[in-house]
Amino acid sequence: MKHHQQQHHHGHHQGFWRMWGWPIALGLLTTFGLISALFSDGGLGDILAWIALGIPVVAGAWYGWRKTPTGNGKS
Amino acid sequence: MNSRKIKTWAWVHKWSSLVCTVFMLLLCITGLPLIFHHEIGHLLGTEVEAPKMPAGTPHISLDRVLEVAKAKHPDRVVQFASQPEDDDGLWFVTLTPTPEPTEDFKSVAVDARTGEVLAQPKFDEGFMYVMFKLHVDLFAGLPGKLFLGFMGLLLLVAIVSGVVLYSPFMRKLDFGTVRREKRPRLKWLDLHNLLGIVTLVWVFVVGATGMINTWADLVIKYWQYDQLSALMTPYKNEPIVAVNERASVQRSMEAAIQATPGMKLSFIAFPGTSFSSPHHTTFFLRGNEPFSSKLFQPVLVDAKTAEVTASPKLPWYLWALLVSQPLHFGDYGGMPMQIIWALLDIATIIVLGSGLYLWLKRGNTVPAASKKAEAHAEVPQQQQHVPGGGAVQPEPAPAMKAQA
Repeated sequence: MKHHQQQHHHGHHQGFWRMWGWPIALGLLTTFGLISALFSDGGLGDILAWIALGIPVVAGAWYGWRKTPTGNGKS
Repeated sequence: MNSRKIKTWAWVHKWSSLVCTVFMLLLCITGLPLIFHHEIGHLLGTEVEAPKMPAGTPHISLDRVLEVAKAKHPDRVVQFASQPEDDDGLWFVTLTPTPEPTEDFKSVAVDARTGEVLAQPKFDEGFMYVMFKLHVDLFAGLPGKLFLGFMGLLLLVAIVSGVVLYSPFMRKLDFGTVRREKRPRLKWLDLHNLLGIVTLVWVFVVGATGMINTWADLVIKYWQYDQLSALMTPYKNEPIVAVNERASVQRSMEAAIQATPGMKLSFIAFPGTSFSSPHHTTFFLRGNEPFSSKLFQPVLVDAKTAEVTASPKLPWYLWALLVSQPLHFGDYGGMPMQIIWALLDIATIIVLGSGLYLWLKRGNTVPAASKKAEAHAEVPQQQQHVPGGGAVQPEPAPAMKAQA
């Protein structure tokens, strides 16, 4: 319980978005992409789906492949 | 989250994933070629296509098509006839020894305009068939399907517990951090967390829809019981309508199409088969909108009189089954979507493989790190402060054991 209270001091809210901001954004994009193509037959919905589903793929590849652990961009 | 909760979730994550990982790896690997089964079929020349003819070329009667197919297998009965979604110049006729569900079926592809037999495709041999069977039921029929469905359920548990564990692991790290310069275990832990969270929704949806698909046989059985049995009362105690007592299937089809304006025929289930009743020829029609084309409207036509008995509304469970299919197959957004499906599938293989690696290497923590962890046992979230992160693991780590 002690642990719990200590988490609540400053920056808890900020900490939530810092940790979950990207996962939530990518999850919403994936959800949108999966649904939008259901309502399209070779039209705009498909293109939106490719973009929305492609972004998580690119994010995974980008962070998974790049050399530097934190910093910016390539090594 | 306190360390006791973390320990519980870590236990859930460990066991749910350990049990299903090998099967999930199998499903991911066999699923990869299945994403492209149409394209592979084209390359191998196993895909049947009707020769191009000018639009409006008259079609021969469906009764004639069935005769042509039956002539190839006079000792068999027609169970199903279907048309490809994008080609009404072609009929696939499925013939089996009896109307009962079976693995023993022959398929005849007949040109809908000329009545010519275009091919007798064998769907029960070759590389893609092996991939398909391993993916769907491990060559074990319904029990195999249900077993894989249960593995899918464990995958969903592993995903949820994995998301819960994401937060204690990532508290001190920026999104996407991969600590490469330290021990390989740490790098793979970070990659596991990164790819796991990035593919989260996709894997959950594909896993859940795959699980729903394993119930297809049961759902269809329930549909017969739930919706068709009420329509059967007038036919009580009558046997399956004999072939020589049946009305023209062409006429039945016209009646079915007339009853469902704007829809397109997809397949026909003959009397006594699993998609029909003993007394009806059942026609399944697709809608003509992008979404409704994924759904079917069944029309039951009396096999003797060729009159429409009923076109029952699709119940919610069949709706759910039909919508879950494209979401599992990834076949509803063109080639770019298939490629994305393949990439996400490969990312999932990495998540599964790295999870397995992390478990196999679990004893490989730096002893100094666990010593330190023990020393700081009462400091909140001490696990995150251990240099090298030796104690931050999905399985009960030395520090957690010390506290227990």
